[in-house]
Amino acid sequence: MSFVRRLAGNAPPRILWSLAILLALLLVAPAVLGKYWLSVLILILYFAFVGQAWNIMMGFAGQLSLGHALYAGLGGYIAAGLYFHYGIGPWAGLFAGVAVAVLAGAIVGYLGFRFSLAGVYFALLTIAFAEFTRLAFDHWQWAGGSGGLFLKVEHATDIVNLRGGPVLFYYVILALAAGAFILCRALLRSRLGQYWLAIREDAEAAQAVGVPVLRCKMIAIVISAALTALAGVWNAFYYNNLFPETAFAMGRSIEITLAPIIGGLGTLFGPIVGAVVLTGLGEAFTDLGDVLRIPGIKQIFYGLALLVIVMYRPAGVWPWLANKLGLTERQS
Amino acid sequence: MSGARLDLEGVTKHFRGLRAVHDVSFTVPAGAIHALIGPNGAGKTTIFNMIAGVFAPNGGVVRLDGKAISGLRPDLICDAGVGRTFQLVKPFKGLSVLENVTVGALHRKPRLAEAQDSAAAILSRLGLYDRRHQLAESLTLPDRKRLEVARALATEPKLLLLDEVMAGLRPTEVDVMVGFLRELNQRTGLTILLIEHVMRAVMALAAEVVVVSYGEKIAEGTPLEITRHQGVLDVYLGEQEEL
Repeated sequence: MSFVRRLAGNAPPRILWSLAILLALLLVAPAVLGKYWLSVLILILYFAFVGQAWNIMMGFAGQLSLGHALYAGLGGYIAAGLYFHYGIGPWAGLFAGVAVAVLAGAIVGYLGFRFSLAGVYFALLTIAFAEFTRLAFDHWQWAGGSGGLFLKVEHATDIVNLRGGPVLFYYVILALAAGAFILCRALLRSRLGQYWLAIREDAEAAQAVGVPVLRCKMIAIVISAALTALAGVWNAFYYNNLFPETAFAMGRSIEITLAPIIGGLGTLFGPIVGAVVLTGLGEAFTDLGDVLRIPGIKQIFYGLALLVIVMYRPAGVWPWLANKLGLTERQS
Repeated sequence: MSGARLDLEGVTKHFRGLRAVHDVSFTVPAGAIHALIGPNGAGKTTIFNMIAGVFAPNGGVVRLDGKAISGLRPDLICDAGVGRTFQLVKPFKGLSVLENVTVGALHRKPRLAEAQDSAAAILSRLGLYDRRHQLAESLTLPDRKRLEVARALATEPKLLLLDEVMAGLRPTEVDVMVGFLRELNQRTGLTILLIEHVMRAVMALAAEVVVVSYGEKIAEGTPLEITRHQGVLDVYLGEQEEL
């Protein structure tokens, strides 16, 4: 109970009640929703989860990664490969996947942070690692090479091997998204989290007040990579296929960044709000495209919508929404 | 919290052939307030940066209570008990005033609630408590200077390095800051070394003054002695020409 109380901290009761109600609704959602809406909700939760993971690095610690597909891809490939070749289930395989992703994150982080690559230069490093991992997987026969790795589609629910229908995957991603939210809340209320914010704002000033900058940045990339790898494992078993061209693609990395950017960098609710907005817009414009029968209309509208949001709410949707709801105690 | 003694022994720093600081030695006894003055570009901030660990000296050693600290990382030097402010203030702009100081307090008080309490106490002593929920970027320059001091104090230093915290303050504000620092020094015994151009503050606070010019120490003494020192007058006013 004391952990819950500390986690809640000074959060207003109405927020806690709203969250409890939201969680209850999400728990019963599969019983009420049809197949389509369940798949939309799954997509939202997935983007909220990876967005939360990426937000730890960029939103909290201020380190721009444009190569997060690396960690998702590694996690997914390792877990799927172990299952495919040796029948090792993902609950065990995820440890291997996360370990490899954490190692990759530690290498990227050490190279970048030890040698003080900042901003776009660090971002280029993250892209480079994702790109040459993509090329390596193109030629790695154990992982199926460029032809891809396929898991057998099975409809019978088998929780031990994470096989089954959308409802199973829905609850798993819901647990992950909720867990990441709680973890991030706890991190932000810890010394480490405050140190990240200080580094994001001014690393030199942070170090002068005793913040071990390199160590804090390393912890950020390692936690972020581990969570992203979990998303990758989930993704691999949900979609049952993996191709280097998509798993490590630049587009996949960008996709991971969108929800927190649109929702509000560095905020806890940003990735969630962003995932709702983005997925909602995406689905709406897909429908519109179907009605209008104009090819490519979805992408055009989607791009325009993002442009408008970024222009009018550069800090993201959530800070503005929180202000409207009277949930902010900071004054500017 | 009590003060630590600072010793610089023959400290030297070169930047690619430019001799920024050359063979500077001085001592600030525990609990004393000393000032470091000199014309622009004399190497004052470079000396601060070597004490605070931003760069390691090319030669010589910096000691805190006898222990060599030169060459350590800035966060470890903070650990050892050195707090510093930046001449060009470096607030955590996107964080609130309270959060800025809390980061400093977390260094000795790892639990957030305790760190916040101690940060709030420091803010009220510096007259920033009412602004604690404002973003640091919304503060005026004098308030940002106060925030620098508050954040450095939150780390509970034994030696406080103040880099031109009076610059840009009105005379009445200078007096308030001087009063605050003097009271702080008397109550806690905190050692203070200040770089300052505002002579009103130097005269009021410093027991001794070190003067540097072109990277070298040219004089050291009480404020009164310094104002009568021919070398210092030459540096500040230009050499008197024989008529």
